[in-house]
Amino acid sequence: MSAAPTPSRRVPAPDLAAWLGVAPFFVFAAMFLIAPTAWLLVGAFQDRDGAFTLANIVRLGQPSIRLSYWLSLEVSTASAGLGALLGLALALAALRGGLPSWLRPTLMTFSGVASNFAGVPLAFAFMATLGRLGLVTALLRNIGVDLYAHGFNILTFWGLTITYLYFQIPLMMLVVTPAIDGLRHEWAEAAEMLGASSWQYWRMIALPILWPSVMGAALLLFANAFGAIATAYALTGSSFNIVPILLYAQIRGDVLHDTNLGYALAVGMLAITGASNLAYLALRSRADRWLR
Amino acid sequence: MKRGHLGAWLAVALGGIYFLAPLVATFEFSLRMRRGEYSFDAYRVVFASGNFQASFLYSTIVALVTIVVAALIVVPAAYFVQLRLPRLRAIVEFITLLPLVIPAIVLVFGFIRLYGSSSALPLTATSLGTDALLTFGYVGLGLPYMYRSVDAGLRAIDVRTLTEAAESQGAGAATILFHIILPNIRSAILSGAFLTFAIVIGEFTFASLLDRPAFGPYLQLIGASRAYEPAALAVMAFALTWACLGLIQLVGGAPAPGVRR
Amino acid sequence: MFLALTGIRKTFGAEAVVKDFNLKVERGELVTFLGPSGCGKTTTLRMIAGFETPTEGSIRIDGRDVTHLSARRRAIGMVFQAYALFPNMTVERNIAFGLKVAGKPAAEINARVDEMLTLIKLPDLAGRFPHQLSGGQQQRVSLARALAPSPQILLLDEPLSALDARIRAGLREDIRALQQKLGITTIFVTHDQEEALSISDRIVVMNEGAIEQIGSPGDIYNRPRTRFVASFVGTLNTLQGVVVDPAEGTIRVGQTILRAQGVIEGTKTGETRALALRPEALRLGPPAEGDNALTGVIEDATFLGAIRRLRVRIDGGAILVDAFNSNGASFPEPGDEVKVSFSPNDLIVLDP
Repeated sequence: MSAAPTPSRRVPAPDLAAWLGVAPFFVFAAMFLIAPTAWLLVGAFQDRDGAFTLANIVRLGQPSIRLSYWLSLEVSTASAGLGALLGLALALAALRGGLPSWLRPTLMTFSGVASNFAGVPLAFAFMATLGRLGLVTALLRNIGVDLYAHGFNILTFWGLTITYLYFQIPLMMLVVTPAIDGLRHEWAEAAEMLGASSWQYWRMIALPILWPSVMGAALLLFANAFGAIATAYALTGSSFNIVPILLYAQIRGDVLHDTNLGYALAVGMLAITGASNLAYLALRSRADRWLR
Repeated sequence: MKRGHLGAWLAVALGGIYFLAPLVATFEFSLRMRRGEYSFDAYRVVFASGNFQASFLYSTIVALVTIVVAALIVVPAAYFVQLRLPRLRAIVEFITLLPLVIPAIVLVFGFIRLYGSSSALPLTATSLGTDALLTFGYVGLGLPYMYRSVDAGLRAIDVRTLTEAAESQGAGAATILFHIILPNIRSAILSGAFLTFAIVIGEFTFASLLDRPAFGPYLQLIGASRAYEPAALAVMAFALTWACLGLIQLVGGAPAPGVRR
Repeated sequence: MFLALTGIRKTFGAEAVVKDFNLKVERGELVTFLGPSGCGKTTTLRMIAGFETPTEGSIRIDGRDVTHLSARRRAIGMVFQAYALFPNMTVERNIAFGLKVAGKPAAEINARVDEMLTLIKLPDLAGRFPHQLSGGQQQRVSLARALAPSPQILLLDEPLSALDARIRAGLREDIRALQQKLGITTIFVTHDQEEALSISDRIVVMNEGAIEQIGSPGDIYNRPRTRFVASFVGTLNTLQGVVVDPAEGTIRVGQTILRAQGVIEGTKTGETRALALRPEALRLGPPAEGDNALTGVIEDATFLGAIRRLRVRIDGGAILVDAFNSNGASFPEPGDEVKVSFSPNDLIVLDP
């Protein structure tokens, strides 16, 4: 990094300033993003004495933990799948349904808010809605439908899934909107000129084009749900044993009586969210390439 | 393509019901504190509560510090990457993706093990140290949005030309950054700031596991022990989130998909 | 006539985008709608296609009133400026789309696709995807796709505007050749007068929603009827003249009396009219028998390769004179006094 000014042209206070400028960012990233994660990664493959082992990973397979993962997978898949479909339907309706033009910005703004409205307040809101004493529960009972008699409970799988949809659907809408916008009107017009009906256009052109984006977004939703804890904790306490809650309990009170297993648990989560996000990015770049 | 508007209307109507019902239900529930009539008692009780005030104040302060630290980290980085170090862009953008991929609970777990009382840098040993750790955690959570916002803002103002103009007048890098670039990306920074604020205010995972007297854990506690106050708090939290995102729109940014689960 | 637009009018809110458009197109003709952005040419095309419905007026194809018929039932092929090839389909499947949608048997579809690929001279690209093709190739495929279902009319909406200049000339010749070979009635929309002049059977010049003139390329260029048409197509010199004697065809510019060919219609002595002269119609030097002449001083000379363009200041304005650039010939310099002469036939008197 030379700083000697040449006679003909003043060399700008060179890369030294630039490197100093970006240094805080990298130091921060190293200390508070990469290092903590790396520490867990290493710890997951160590035993109590620090020697390398795969035993922790193996012990993730024990029944109670496997159940946790399975539960997490179920909730994540359900909320991601439903969120993706419903979010897509709503986005298509708002963007291409021929609805009044003020609807789109309203829905987009609301999606921005709703996708951030997660955690404890959301849990409260749904308890007030579908809890045993909730408003909707009461309304439905008035018209003869007793949810809780039918086995529904806000504090279980479906309750959690429905609650998760509150931020999954808006997230889907926000992520998939650029892809829908990318459906050029000329494609629809060209299809029409060639004699295609609306249904044929959607079946043969629009949906296939959207598919990678929709799949990718669904994976994003999946990762999002898998790592979520605040909502679940506020809603179900520690009773509904998804992986984040198990991890929470482990961090708080070492319920597993094995710190390295705790690391493995965290790393297992990371592997799943990492893989989903990678797949999302891969699908997105493929979609971009097509829609150049 | 002219679609059956009916299907679209139906979808939007059902969506509207699903999204508005919880808000209505929560609001209605929050008004029921006084037996037999609707009142704002629950809100009054909450506002009067010392715990509410203390935890909200704590979270607000942490949020403000987070925003300042985030801006100090992100702005120079985004600036120099765009201007002088374009080859670093890929790795910088990868880093900004990390908080979205690494679940918060995993990250805070890492924090606790790495900076815990038995480690080389025992931040958790002191209250101030833990506060600092919390702040850095939040900087991380808001990083993707702050960076994206600032980066877009820089692109919009043609940094290169501004910098060259300033350099030709003899200004050094620090001067350029603080007196020329910063004022011009104010709205981008504000957008990132409002979103960070919304994220920090109600955040639970970090605050709870680091055992800090923040608003999130307070909400959780109230929910476990009281009936009507949680509803009032939920309504306020929603209003606050709406206000933050509304302010973002006002200063010219776009609402970003949120990941505060 | 094959395609007839009668009394077509299109308003968006209070604004009339197309005003009283009347046109009859013969079978097999290539008619170009030529005009600047916003003149209504694309809107009119889209009304023929069926994407817009006229506020007033009717459209008939082969005797049938299609004004309110949906686009997908009109059997019209369309080529868009942005190619609009379906990105998720190969070239083959793109071209086959119209036939597939119509439920034709696979064998027939395959044969037709092969036929079209040969027609557009891209037989090896059948399995490629649009993003793997160049702009020119995409546009050819777009053409093949539009023609595959044997439409009765072909519409092209500024098909060359998105392409490199190099490719444009070649592709427009190919389009014209194809059109003539198939004998398909075609409407071509463009803002480029060179395109219009080189490939059309007739040109419809449009401005601000109205038709300025309809005619063959020769008519439009050599006998423009309005100032707009004269100035939009080709370079033009315009002068103000005062009519001396309409029957004689004499008109005064500055201090010089000029003679037009024949009688000047619809005017009387003393009336001011706009005159137009093409730069290439003007010659330097003394006038031949019966020619007009203007005296002036050369202000400026521009070398344009094949021609030298001289700006000459005359009494009554400045005019551009184009002279062929022949090696060795001596040219007058700026400051020289010259005589500019032209035949009365080249003096265009414009409608007021």
